[in-house]
Amino acid sequence: MTSELDIFVGNTTLIDEDVYRLWLDGYSVTDAVALRVRSGILEQTGATAAVLQSDTMDHYRTFHMLERLLHAPPKLLHQLIFQIPPSRQALLIERYYAFDEAFVREVLGKKLSKGTKKDLDDISTKTGITLKSCRRQFDNFKRVFKVVEEMRGSLVDNIQQHFLLSDRLARDYAAIVFFANNRFETGKKKLQYLSFGDFAFCAELMIQNWTLGAVGEAPTDPDSQMDDMDMDLDKEFLQDLKELKVLVADKDLLDLHKSLVCTALRGKLGVFSEMEANFKNLSRGLVNVATKLTHNKDVRDLFVDLVEKFVEPCRSDHWPLSDVRFFLNQYSASVHSLDGFRHQALWDRYMGTLRGCLLRLYHD
Amino acid sequence: MPGKLKVKIVAGRHLPVMDRASDLTDAFVEVKFGNTTFKTDVYLKSLNPQWNSEWFKFEVDDEDLQDEPLQITVLDHDTYSANDAIGKVYIDIDPLLYSEAATVISGWFPIYDTIHGIRGEINVVVKVDLFNDLNRFRQSSCGVKFFCTTSIPKCYRAVIIHGFVEELVVNEDPEYQWIDRIRTPRASNEARQRLISLMSGELQRKIGLKVLEMRGNAVVGYLQCFDLEGESGLVVRAIGTACTLDKLSSPAAFLPACNSPSKEMKESPLVHPPSHGCRSTHNSPIHTATGSRLTQNFSVSVPTLIYTGTRLLRLQSWGDAGHGQSGCRGRQAGMGSGSAGKEGGPFKALLRQQTQSALEQRGGSPHRFCRRREFPFFTLTAFPPGFLVHVGGVVSARSVKLLDRIHNPAFVGIMGNTRSYKLLDWNSFNSDEPETRDAWWAEIRQEIKSHAKALGCHAVVGYSESTSICEEVCILSASGTAAVLNPRFLQDGTVEGCLEQRLEENLPTRCGFCHIPYDELNMPFPAHLTYCYNCRKQKVPDVLFTTIDLPTDATVIGKGCLIQARLCRLKKKAQAEANATAISNLLPFMEYEVHTQLMNKLKLKGMNALFGLRIQITVGENMLMGLASATGVYLAALPTPGGIQIAGKTPNDGSYEQHISHMQKKINDTIAKNKELYEINPPEISEEIIGSPIPEPRQRSRLLRSQSESSDEVTELDLSHGKKDAFVLEIDDTDAMEDVHSLLTDVPPPSGFYSCNTEIMPGINNWTSEIQMFTSVRVIRLSSLNLTNQALNKNFNDLCENLLKSLYFKLRSMIPCCLCHVNFTVSLPEDELIQVTVTAVAITFDKNQALQTTKTPVEKSLQRASTDNEELLQFPLELCSDSLPSHPFPPAKAVTVEKASPVGDGNFRNRSAPPCANSTVGVVKMTPLSFIPGAKITKYLGIINMFFIRETTSLREEGGVSGFLHAFIAEVFAMVRAHVAALGGNAVVSYIMKQCVFMENPNKNQAQCLINVSGDAVVFVRESDLEVVSSQQPTINCQSSCTEGEVTT
Repeated sequence: MTSELDIFVGNTTLIDEDVYRLWLDGYSVTDAVALRVRSGILEQTGATAAVLQSDTMDHYRTFHMLERLLHAPPKLLHQLIFQIPPSRQALLIERYYAFDEAFVREVLGKKLSKGTKKDLDDISTKTGITLKSCRRQFDNFKRVFKVVEEMRGSLVDNIQQHFLLSDRLARDYAAIVFFANNRFETGKKKLQYLSFGDFAFCAELMIQNWTLGAVGEAPTDPDSQMDDMDMDLDKEFLQDLKELKVLVADKDLLDLHKSLVCTALRGKLGVFSEMEANFKNLSRGLVNVATKLTHNKDVRDLFVDLVEKFVEPCRSDHWPLSDVRFFLNQYSASVHSLDGFRHQALWDRYMGTLRGCLLRLYHD
Repeated sequence: MPGKLKVKIVAGRHLPVMDRASDLTDAFVEVKFGNTTFKTDVYLKSLNPQWNSEWFKFEVDDEDLQDEPLQITVLDHDTYSANDAIGKVYIDIDPLLYSEAATVISGWFPIYDTIHGIRGEINVVVKVDLFNDLNRFRQSSCGVKFFCTTSIPKCYRAVIIHGFVEELVVNEDPEYQWIDRIRTPRASNEARQRLISLMSGELQRKIGLKVLEMRGNAVVGYLQCFDLEGESGLVVRAIGTACTLDKLSSPAAFLPACNSPSKEMKESPLVHPPSHGCRSTHNSPIHTATGSRLTQNFSVSVPTLIYTGTRLLRLQSWGDAGHGQSGCRGRQAGMGSGSAGKEGGPFKALLRQQTQSALEQRGGSPHRFCRRREFPFFTLTAFPPGFLVHVGGVVSARSVKLLDRIHNPAFVGIMGNTRSYKLLDWNSFNSDEPETRDAWWAEIRQEIKSHAKALGCHAVVGYSESTSICEEVCILSASGTAAVLNPRFLQDGTVEGCLEQRLEENLPTRCGFCHIPYDELNMPFPAHLTYCYNCRKQKVPDVLFTTIDLPTDATVIGKGCLIQARLCRLKKKAQAEANATAISNLLPFMEYEVHTQLMNKLKLKGMNALFGLRIQITVGENMLMGLASATGVYLAALPTPGGIQIAGKTPNDGSYEQHISHMQKKINDTIAKNKELYEINPPEISEEIIGSPIPEPRQRSRLLRSQSESSDEVTELDLSHGKKDAFVLEIDDTDAMEDVHSLLTDVPPPSGFYSCNTEIMPGINNWTSEIQMFTSVRVIRLSSLNLTNQALNKNFNDLCENLLKSLYFKLRSMIPCCLCHVNFTVSLPEDELIQVTVTAVAITFDKNQALQTTKTPVEKSLQRASTDNEELLQFPLELCSDSLPSHPFPPAKAVTVEKASPVGDGNFRNRSAPPCANSTVGVVKMTPLSFIPGAKITKYLGIINMFFIRETTSLREEGGVSGFLHAFIAEVFAMVRAHVAALGGNAVVSYIMKQCVFMENPNKNQAQCLINVSGDAVVFVRESDLEVVSSQQPTINCQSSCTEGEVTT
């Protein structure tokens, strides 16, 4: 006796969260059944393995049918075929678009192209995430990227509107899209200690301050009709950053800057002497990063440079985080007292964001 | 009443991409009704076109309005080649034809294609303007309401229950026409869908006409079925119960009281012309006139009847109950007598004259037009209090027929014309086909009637009919419950009558229906009678089988449970007569075994009555399957069932003996366990005072009597198993051993789960509002090697048990819950395939309250006082019981409720769609029950009766057979919901999937499925919302309470 056909259709579509997770994780029906058996569900419910198999198949089939709709979440809301309570719809969408930290770290900043897709095999092996799940996550990234790529307005809002994600998840996706678009290098060995959260934090700051969308009087105003692309860095701004060169090129200015900072921090910093000794190197590092940003190649290496030029030197001198914060605050603020320096606004736009990023990046 | 049908095409969304080059679609819409077609403009390059068309107007007569569906076709415009069809929507406009139902159909409908399934949605608005027309020869029956619900619908009161109506329509099946060889599968499917739609419309109209002739205004328990006879054609048949209904709890409720008489006058022209619109169906013996070359009938009556000597118990009338509900007894009585003075008098007189007894009344109508023999049948399964006096037992009849094609070249030739089916009308077309089918059914009904008579009953309730077809063999089955009814309800349910009856009512009547209706000295079968355990005055049988729902006023001990008997019998493959003979020979044995199984299982559960019994016999190429489902209960009025005793045939074998005693112990343990599980603890009663065995000799005389009564063709089966206190199972061979084993293998549902196939679970009253309706389908392939009956039985048993286990597992999150109205359907699509389809609803209940369900008599009478039907009674309605006494002006209140409904509706939707999701899709509940737990149905919008075909030529790509059928059923649900929502409803009650025919050809990568569903579209309001309204009601006037309702959301 074999079951040729075995289905269950509810007027309200039944969604089993556990099975959904297994499906999202890319397990085959057989593996999923084995995992469910291991979870002890048979003992709890008195069901048989056959029942579990049938149930799992059924859910997988439902998810498979829902997947097409999940690719365009607003469709899930308006479709008539599956009657699903709104809270469940939200759960389906949120989980479908959720991603693994390990996976996103592998592809963050990479071009979302076929080439990368071919590498998914390796990523799967490396991370232990099933290939199926890797594909789903990659396709999600790519799909979101494609949809919002050419759109105006706030990146987060666009993502939320077209994919109905929670605020948190929409922000993460904004970061992913932003990184993919600017192709920031995140895979280097010295960047391995950074989490996706670190990058996402930086991305958000950069989107808020360094993109075209950030220009204008009210960058957060959604009604702003200007051509505010959140995805690309403001080219003009990057060009202007060259002006900051004077801070390190002009020896007087550099000395003055140093003395202002040292005066202010004397006695307040545990690593004062190290700071004093390293000031010029650090300052050069930070300013040079800024002036090089006109080259795409250097934009991509932004995080590598920041870690090399600032995070690593400080870390080797064992600066505590609080000292880094004191230093950066003072370092940015002191520039306002440099009479000969005319690009205060530019400096703030650059350093405000950079300070935030550096503080986030500074950990073990 | 000719009318004007107006249609507006608003917009489309989610259309499929039809132009690969642009990834877009140039869509336009054709709107067709009858032979008239309109088109919208082409909306270029969009998947979400906004047509916003003008109103397309069709001027049509109402006959067409009733028969024809509105057909909307969405196409992709193509300049160079033929336009491609995207899909269609068929809209049944019937609900717009009666005043109380929907006034407009407006909403998003899925665009359906028989090959691709749902492809986007279209927004349509439909309206109908009807002109009054007193044409006395009209063929339409606009205004007659149809309900699938098999009880008096919630917001109505039955004035008169007229009785049985039936009709059938026959046509050639387009799938089997010559033209099918040259047209596409899509065209063929669409022709079929459209034909069936037309035929159902016509059928409904004809039934409506009959109802008008009977001076009714509604059909309750309407059941329409399709017989796909293959080569020999397509039969659409329907049965129902004609009633005159009053709307409750609205000012309009008073009108119908005067209405029926006035309607009678208006309708009278129809009634008198002697031959108009009627056909004679009493025809010559089938053998000669029809294609049937062989018929063999037999039938069975189950022992359960009885008779109450002299006292005709008059329960509180339901008319009364209706008053309690609406809270306007005084008013209504006043109005009632007023109308009676004017018209009611003559009306009543006429009716009385018509009838001596309910039965004779039916038989000998004074109107001389040639109505066929009347059958005192009722498709209802639940009744107003007092309607059911006694219940006899299950009566059933089956008949095996050979289908034969009508060879009529003219007939085939005209089929190209879409309207040609009209030509099959008996008046104009000389086909004897419908007469044949009519005669077949008439014969069966006649038999049922005589069985009922043998049980001392004049009526059959819970009546239903079904067929099983395999190739050219067809088994026709009918079954019901013989009963004695209170004749008052069949003639005049006038208010005075109600009052009289009320005065007469003074007895406890909870056990009345159990009392035997026939003379105990002249029993139709041997049975073991005792005095009723409740009243101790009347005789009751030891076991009662019925096809109806448990009467509300019955006293039940413990809970009920689903009991199934399953049986397979192999049969040789054979052709024509030989095949039919083989089947006929097998049937009695199957019937007998099914009953034996039921009886054994019932005893094993420690119960003594079955309700909702449905026995399905399915015929296949090489086997017959029998599946009986029922809900077992312990009726307090009936005696405690005896145990089951096992007896071996070879008593001298020691080890065998031991084995037997081991089995005996297991059985006894199981009974004890079941009693505990279902909480069956009847009070102890000493046997002596009750026992009253029937003297042997009398049985003989009854046998003679029965002999003389039944026709020669009929073989009566005695299923009573004699009169043994303890049931003895003799284990004389391996078969019997198997039987005993199978008895013990039925696993009870996991804790927290109950199941039944009736509307409500006896013993559970406190339903909470969560419901989940579902359909589950399984097909298994038998290994063809040396199949034996035992192996077959085991396979079938496992299939059903596993299916149930899966359901329990899937629905575990709803515990504690009950599977209600569990409906199994078995079919044998191919040689080695068995298909089981289950539709049921899971309802959650409150475990804590469940413990205190034994109702006090006070509660009981309170419940009976309110007129809503029994299910709703389970949830004391604040509306009728609480707020009424304090409220002196019932009509105002009624208005409030009516007005509240849209608001409540809105509440409901809002609640289910929190602001976070800007979904436009309202929730539509579906349930096979006639009620929605925790809610009140405020309006019936009309019946939903839909037929779909889905076909695929890329089965693997669609996920195999499971993927294909899963998607299709989901689509069917979606289309039902969309139609209900467009009518302004938020639920379908009495939902039923009447047919799910699945055929596959994996080698060709093809599959096809036909599904037919029906139900009643309704508007319901949550009781919690009602409370808000009614609690405010005394202080606030209608309007402010409405706005208040909105505010509270």
